[in-house]
Order: sequence, then C-alpha cells, then structure tokens
Amino acid sequence: MNKITKQSFAIQFMGQHRPKQAVLFSILLRRTAANPSRKLEDMDMIEFRNVSKRYANGTVGLNNVNLKINEGEMVVIVGLSGAGKSTLLRTINKLHDTTSGEILIGGKSVTAARGRELRLIRRGIGMIFQSFNLVKRSTVLRNVLSGRVGYHSTLRTVFGLFPRHDIELALDALSRVNIREKAFSRADQLSGGQQQRVSIARALAQEAKIILADEPVASLDPLTTRQVMDDLKRINQELSITTIVNLHHIDLAREYATRIIGMRAGEIVFDGRPEEATDEAFAHIYGRSIFEAELLGAES
Amino acid sequence: MNSPAAPTPTPTPTPNQAPRPLPVPPGRYKRYAAWMVGIVLFVICCYQVEVTPIKLMNGIPEMGKLIGEMFPPDWSYFPTIWEPMIQTVQIAIMGTTLGAILAIPVALLCANNIVTAKAVTIPVRIILNLVRTIPDLLFASIFVAVFGIGPFAGMLALMFFSFGLIAKLTFEAIEAIDPGPIEAMTAVGANKIKIIAFGVVPQILPYFVSYLLYTFEVNVRAASVLGLVGAGGIGLLLDRSLGLFRYDRACIIILLTLAIVLVIDYASNVVRRKLL
Ligand SMILES: Nc1ncnc2c1ncn2[C@@H]1O[C@H](COP(=O)(O)OP(=O)(O)OP(=O)(O)O)[C@@H](O)[C@H]1O
Ligand SMILES: [Mg+2]
Repeated sequence: MNKITKQSFAIQFMGQHRPKQAVLFSILLRRTAANPSRKLEDMDMIEFRNVSKRYANGTVGLNNVNLKINEGEMVVIVGLSGAGKSTLLRTINKLHDTTSGEILIGGKSVTAARGRELRLIRRGIGMIFQSFNLVKRSTVLRNVLSGRVGYHSTLRTVFGLFPRHDIELALDALSRVNIREKAFSRADQLSGGQQQRVSIARALAQEAKIILADEPVASLDPLTTRQVMDDLKRINQELSITTIVNLHHIDLAREYATRIIGMRAGEIVFDGRPEEATDEAFAHIYGRSIFEAELLGAES
Repeated sequence: MNSPAAPTPTPTPTPNQAPRPLPVPPGRYKRYAAWMVGIVLFVICCYQVEVTPIKLMNGIPEMGKLIGEMFPPDWSYFPTIWEPMIQTVQIAIMGTTLGAILAIPVALLCANNIVTAKAVTIPVRIILNLVRTIPDLLFASIFVAVFGIGPFAGMLALMFFSFGLIAKLTFEAIEAIDPGPIEAMTAVGANKIKIIAFGVVPQILPYFVSYLLYTFEVNVRAASVLGLVGAGGIGLLLDRSLGLFRYDRACIIILLTLAIVLVIDYASNVVRRKLL
C-alpha cells in the first residue's frame, strides 16, 4: 500500500488538473495495487464461541451464542425487537464489547483485539446502518472515500489526499450501486434509498470481505427496499462478500438469504436454509404465529 | 429498477385515533408568582445601586450639553485616527484568529462524545470556565503590566477572550452533532483523529466559522476600548480626547468606529447566513 501513497491527488482537483505523466504513473502503480497480496484467508470465517453479552444495566444481549458463518454466505438474522440481533452484529466488529466467550474472524480473535489491530480488523468489515450514518454535508464521494481512511496515514487522510486508485475504487463502488452520477452531490440531497446505497458503496470502497447490515431497509419504502436488497445480494454473489443482514420482514429473509438465523432473548433458536424456515419455524422464533405485519407487503 | 413488479400495495396508515386531550395549561398562580418575584428583585436592585428616575432626569441636560459639544465633529482629526483605527481592526483579527486556533483542540477535549474520559473533560472545562470569567479589559490590563503598553497586550487579551468564547460555543455544538457518522467511522477502522476529521469536522465547520465571525464582531468593539488601559488601538486617542474635553474629536472617533463596526457586522452576518 505504501507504493500508491506516493502518488496523491487532492479530491477536489480530480479530473480537472491532472498532469499527463501522473496519470501514466498512477496506472503503473495501480497494476501493483490491483494484485496486492491481501490475505483473503484471514478474512473468511466468522466464529462465535460461547459468546455472552450482558449490558451494564443487566440486560442480557447475547446468551452463550455459538455460531459459524462461512465466507460468501448471505445470512439474514430475524427475531423480535429486543431479541439481540443488533447486539450480535455489533459484537462482530466490536462496536459492542462482549462479556464472555470469543469471536474469531479467520481464526483471529476480535474480542481480544485492541488499538491498531482492532482497527485493521474493522477495516475489513463494512457496516450498513438503518439511519445510513453518512455525513450529510459532505459529498457522496467523500462519504465513500471515508471508507478508505484505514488504508492510509492519518496526516494524509486528514488533508483528503486520497490516491487516484482510491478515487477510482470509490467511483467503481458507486457504479455498482448505480449512483455514480451522484458522486459530487451533497449526501443530504439524495433520497433515503440512494443514501443507503452510498453507505453500501462505502463498505465496498473499504474492500471489506464482510458486510454487516443492521436493518438496512427499515426506513425505506417497499420498492426501494428491494433495490437495496438486490444490491446487497448482487454484491454478495459477485464479490463473494460474506453478508449478515438484520431484517424484520420474513418474506425478504426467505427471498434473499442463503441462511436464516432466528434469535430470541439473546439465543439462537433457529438456524437453517430459507426452505426450512417455514411459517411454523418463524412462529417458533417469534414465540407466536406470524402476523401480516411481518410480511413486507403489509407493512409500511 | 429491473426487479419484477412486486405486489406491494401502498400501505395507508389507519387514521383511527381518538381525539387527543388538550394540554393542561400550567398553573396560573405560578406564573403570577414568577412575575412578582421578578419585579421585586428588579426594584431591590434599583434601590441598592441607587438607580432612580430622578437621577436620570437630572442627567439629561448634562447629556444634552455633551452632545452639543460633540457637534460639529472635528473632521480634521480624521487623518490622525485612521491609522489607529486600522490597528484596532488588526488587533481584533489577530486576536480572533489565534484564539480560534487555540480553541479547536480545547473544544474537542471538552466534548464528552469525543473524549469519553471524564478525567480529561472535567479539568479542561474548569480551566476553560476560569478563562471565561476574566473580562477582556482585565486581561488587557494584566498583559499591559506584563508586556508593556501597546497593541501586543491588546492582541493577547482578545486572543484569550476569543479562545474562551469560541471554545465554549464550539464544544457545545460538538456535543449536539449526529453521532451516526462517528459510529460509521469507528466501524470503518478509523483512529480518533480520522474519526474527528471525517465524522465531526464536516458537521461542525459551519458552526465554527459562524462563531468565529461572531467573536470577531465582538472583538472589533472590544478592541476599540482596549486603548483605555493602554493596550493599543483607537481607544488611546478616545481616552486622550475625552481627557482634554475635545468632545468634537471623540465624536469623530465614535462615528468612525460605528461605521467600521456596522460594515463588519453586516459582512459577517451575510456570510453566517450563507453558512447555516
Ligand atoms: N446500550 C444498551 N444498554 C442496555 N441494554 C441494551 C443496550 N442496547 C440494547 N440493549 C438491550 O439488549 C437487548 C437486545 O437488544 P438489540 O438491540 O440487540 O435487539 P434487536 O434484536 O436488534 O432489536 P430491534 O429489532 O428492535 O433492533 C434488548 O433487550 C435491549 O433492550
Ligand atoms: Mg436492532
């Protein structure tokens, strides 16, 4: 990565004032950057070993969770509100600490990691939030580029000096979610669905091997919901990015997941393929029979 | 887009809610009592500091005499005051800028959504509050005593004053920002400084600039009286004119100060409105 950092471009000048030889140079460099020896095997399997999480106020978030998620899976986690879905997701990148047990990613302990080591692990994990969590006053491109900060020195990123490679990566990521033309718009000028796609692009620009999405479509209308879920699914298949999504809609879970995990009171009470997730199975997860409201078609 | 037309009827929220009860108005007597307390306090204050309408009445003829002596203003004095006036504005610019730069790290250290350690935020806040309790003229007197008469002391005084004001306003604005981007930047693997640069600064920048301009406005006014304690600027000439009973000269100084302040206020208001 040090090689690319030698060739820098301020984002503002991108595309306008660009010396010819710099372009050539950066293309040469990009070739070296295109096949970096990224240790993919470091980033494959997510493993929960007897993980429990108790919040400071005594609430049990997770209760002795054991779980293995393989590379390239599209896991949808369902469960009632308060079942511990967000808690599970947020322990994977240590936004939440665990009380006991261990979480491993590619054999490396997340729970034990701290400081720089933790930041490097997080760099490989994209996160998508219900409320998008974009900087609304910044441009779309800058929001996407913010996914790259883990790859460069503090000084460089603070001055916004991202290498050309990064800008191309960011624009490619925006193309993948079909909003490349919005790159220079301010994030708050975009619709909710478009903003969520920006945050997906941010995770892509991050070159994450894992994407965690905590109710990514909860604030979107049904049509936009499908577009965003389609994007996630496509990215999961094309780039074989392990994707873990929390969802409230049973029919979406069945449609998009390769594996459904049901949670109740901090425990995993269902784990199977979508075909196995029958209405009875959901009734078990929810502790009652399914209401119309849990199907996307009937909910707002 | 290219997804098959999904059978998704537009949901309509059921508007079947009971009429809400009207909010109960707060106790009327409480309000009367509050007014009474306020009025009594005001009267007590007037009495204690001997503010009486009679005094005001007695002063009016004196006031009229003074204003009479002010006009016509001594226009020939204008070339003499022009340079000190510019110096006044320069003192304000320097003081505001340096104070603002100093305020940035301190504001960040005060904000408990940036620095979670109370052991840091609380001492820094205490120091900040101490700085803020010292009025600018007192700062100026102290610095004049230390560094001697001249604009340097005035600049330092305004620097500390601006620092206190901007740091306080900024840290309160920082604490009110949307925590979402901070969370997102944490998840991306950013360190503290990167989190601040990408998650905090863009949210805070317009407020910061607005506070800076506001402080500058205040400082131009403050700088024009710094000279009273020997800290440079136009205040020195104002003091001298008043001392020599040259109210016509004082008048031209006041008029020029007024003009400069108005122009700066107007310009900074325009910029601030654009920002927010
Ligand atoms: N910061 C916190 N402090 C204390 N308790 C918490 C905290 N966050 C979550 N909890 C509790 O932990 C439990 C699991 O919460 P979690 O947010 O993981 O649920 P969830 O399945 O994501 O629910 P939802 O579908 O509503 O998002 C809940 O009982 C919740 O009240
Ligand atoms: Mg949740």
